[in-house]
Formats: sequence, C-alpha cells, structure tokens
Amino acid sequence: MRFMIIVKATPESEAGLMPGQEVFDAMAAYHEELARAGVLLDGSGLHPSSKGWRITWKDGRKTITDGPFSETRELVAGYTLIQTRTREEAFEWARRFPNPGINDGEIEVRQLYELEDFKGFTDVERFRAIEML
Amino acid sequence: MKTADTDIRRFVEGVWKVESPRVIAGLVRLTHDVSLAEDLAQDALLTALETWPRQGVPDNPGAWLMTTAKRRAVDRWRHEKLAAEKHQSLAHEQDETLMPDIERVLETDVGDDLLRLMLIACHPVLPPESRIALTLKLLGGLSTGEIARAFLVPEPTIAQRIVRAKRKLAEADVAFEFPDENALPERIDSVLDVLYLIFNEGYTATRGEDWLRPALCDEAIRLARMLAELVPDESEPQALCALMQLQASRNRARVNEHGEPVLLDRQNRALWDQLLIRRGLNALERARRAAIEPGPYLLQAEIAACHARAQRAEDTDWRRIVMLYTLLAQMTRSPVVELNRAVAVSMAHGPEAALPLVVALNERAELASYHLLPSVHGDLLFRLGRHEEAAEQFTRAAGMTENAHERAFLERRAAACRKRESS
Repeated sequence: MRFMIIVKATPESEAGLMPGQEVFDAMAAYHEELARAGVLLDGSGLHPSSKGWRITWKDGRKTITDGPFSETRELVAGYTLIQTRTREEAFEWARRFPNPGINDGEIEVRQLYELEDFKGFTDVERFRAIEML
Repeated sequence: MKTADTDIRRFVEGVWKVESPRVIAGLVRLTHDVSLAEDLAQDALLTALETWPRQGVPDNPGAWLMTTAKRRAVDRWRHEKLAAEKHQSLAHEQDETLMPDIERVLETDVGDDLLRLMLIACHPVLPPESRIALTLKLLGGLSTGEIARAFLVPEPTIAQRIVRAKRKLAEADVAFEFPDENALPERIDSVLDVLYLIFNEGYTATRGEDWLRPALCDEAIRLARMLAELVPDESEPQALCALMQLQASRNRARVNEHGEPVLLDRQNRALWDQLLIRRGLNALERARRAAIEPGPYLLQAEIAACHARAQRAEDTDWRRIVMLYTLLAQMTRSPVVELNRAVAVSMAHGPEAALPLVVALNERAELASYHLLPSVHGDLLFRLGRHEEAAEQFTRAAGMTENAHERAFLERRAAACRKRESS
C-alpha cells in the first residue's frame, strides 16, 4: 500500500525561504532511512504558491487564478511517497517525520487508491516467452 | 505519553514492522543462533505490549526493543552459565569476551547485521524453498501463516520448513561472520535468486486470490531495495531492483477487465506505472555504472528497459533485444533463454530467420515438455502462412499445458489456423 506524506505550507515556505541547515539535515537523514528500508518511492518539495496557479470550475465555467493563495495552512509545500506493508508501518514512518517547519509544522498522511486490476494472472509463463519477461 | 490500548497496539505493530529485522539481525550477531534471536526479539515485543500501555511509549522504541532483548540475552546466558557452573567450573574468560560484544551490538552499524542476516537466510546449505520461507520470516516479518497463505501450502509445511532450516543452519555450523570478499558476490547472488523467486511467485498470482500473493512482489522489491542500499557498489542487486520494478510497472496493463492476460504488444501502455518505470530505469543506470561486466540480472533489466522505453509496441528496439538475449544465452546456456531469443529474432528479422532456431531447440531434451516451444513454433509457422503445420504445433502445445486459460487460447489458435487452411 502506498501513502503520501503531505507537508503543509508555512509562512516561511510560502515566502520561498529554504529550510535551515538543521531541518535540511534531518530531512536528508529521514529520507535516507526510508531508502535503506526500501519504502521510499518518491518525494519532492514544491515552490511557493506564488509561482503556481489554480483552475476552478464554477457552474461549469472555468477560471484561472494565479497564486499566491492566502490560506497558507491548506497549501501543500512538499510530499513524500512511501510504500509499506501495513497501515501501522506507515503510521510509524510518519511518526518519525522530522518537523518540516522552523517552529510550527504540519504533515498529513493519505493513502493512495490501488487499482483492483493489480492482482495479476496465471499465464505468466506464456507471457514471458512470447513477450520477453 | 499515555495512550489508549488500541493506539498502543497500532503503535507497537508499526514499530515492530520497521524494527524487527534490525533487532533480530543484531541478536543473531550476538547469539549466533537464529532461533534464539527470534525468541528473544519476540520476548521483547511481548514486554513492550505489556509495559508501554502502563509506562508510556519510549522516545526511541527501536532502541528500547533492542536493549530489552539484549538484557534477556544476558539473563539467559548468565542463567545457563550458572547452571553449567553447578556441574563444572566454566572457563572465566568467556564472560569477558561475551560482554563487550553485547555492548558493541548496540553501537555497530545495523547495516552489516541486516546484510549478514540476509546472507544467512539465503545460505547455500539450505534448499531454495527454505531460503524463501526464512527470508520472509526473518526479514519480511511475515508470520508462518502469512507465508503459507502466500504460497498456497498448509501452515505446518511452512512451520516445518523453517524449523528444519534453523536446525540445518545450526548443524552445518555455518559461519555467522561475514564471508570474505571473494565469497561475497556468490552469497549475494543467492539472495538475489531468492528475492526473484519470491517476486515471481507474486507475479503469477491470479486475480481474486488472497492479496498476500501479489503482495509478495512488493515485498521482494522492498527487500531488493534494502539489499541494494546495503551493497551500493554491487551491480546485480541494483539490476534486480530495476528488473522487478520495470516488470511490476506493467501490472495494471497485463490483464483485461475480464481477467484475461493481455500480451505485451497489445497492452495499453498508458496504464504502465511511470513512477516504477522511472525508478527502474534509475536503478538500471546505477547497476550499469557499478558493473565491471554485465551480470544476468543486468541483461534482463536491459531487456525489460527496451520495452519500458518504447511508447508504442512498434517502437520496440528488437535488434537490441536480440543482442541482449544473445549475451544472456551465452551466459546462462538456458534453452528457455534461447527460445526468448528466437522470438526476439522473429520480431527483429522476421519469422523466417527465427524458424531454424526454434526447430533446433526441438532437439533439446530440457524443453521436451515445455508447451511454449510448440506455441512459439506454431506462431512462427502461422506468420509464414504455413497454417496446417501451425495448427499441429498449437494443438501439441494445448496438450502440454495444465493451465485451462492457456489451453483454451491455444486451441482457439489451432482452430483459427485450420479454418484459414480450409477456406
């Protein structure tokens, strides 16, 4: 199962300030640990919302709005995608996430949908010979 | 921090999933005994379940588990020593040599411990099915019941396999120390083969089966990533990561809405998992850089990458695939690889170029009951317009497979050939 650890924006991240060395080191160490455990899939920080834009639909009409957006706490500043065996394991990895902010920080964890079709099938041998692995 | 019991349980389960291989690995180093290490780790887990709800959760639960298990090890050792002393006075220096070692277990790099545990679980003295069971138990943290469900065998079978494997390790007196540099690559190869077997067991799982079977793919990939991080200078672990991730990237596309297999050239490539492809190609790049000369997993990953890179089936670089299969065939001497190579030749240079290769493979005794040989043979004859001969081969292949899906498919092809012949 896959989980996305969503890092919420802070006034600092929205101002485009890079985190201090301490936060940076803690993040690097944490992600290295994820990689060593084989659970890290992906991750990235996001530019502030001032460099982004929104597309909204109202009554079927589309509007484009450039950032920045004011509701800082609702914005996303980064994400880490992990794959774990159980919810509990994801819970434990999320618990170890370093505080992404200088003082205040917030992360939110959400599970990704997996397609039912994931289950595979019986004819792998044929699949292999005819299709090269 | 006081927390409700259910929260504690969730917390302990999570900590256990993350920490148990490291704790067991550290204890194996300490005790040189896989069974004892597992017992001690299990004891520590039970202690955690008892104490944490009352006393609160420790700041570093992993270290707490390790310390608790270590204390149990020392207690047990002291107890045994006392018992022994009653009978005879035991040499004293044992005490001196063991104690510093116990302290060191906590301080030394857990990476070494994990790698050692992987090597032991996949030790060449064990039969392959025991290596698989032990790896999933010790490193995957799967229970005996879960392993049994995943492999569709009764639980006592797995339990027995694990007991025998542990006994075998003790009897064979396997070295718990690190293999030296010359022996290491071979021992790592054994781990890689075990992980790929686990992956394939999951890959062949059918729709609607217990979710634990497909989950074996994820578990094999996770353990391979772990291994690749432990030995970053080795090429083949990275290559296996690449191979498995590239194969797994097609999971959503390789079966249609009726649950029937979809062949690679017909797959909807938009369904391929681009994240896994990207990760697979990155791992392949690392494997290439680390390779002195390409190993079998690197070649297979290269082949998988040829498919992953092709945006449409017709963009596939079949000439490169032929070249890679030629190298792989030279390396493995496997007739199955030869057959794959023949298929690649037919895609690169046409069925007439591939037919003699397949005809020659009919001489190989190893393939005498391999239904894919007549299946491929029939396909080449069909493409050459020799429908009657093709029908014969498809019928032969249908009679050789146990799989109902596959048999129906081959019979359909045979019938289609006969229809064309008569019209």
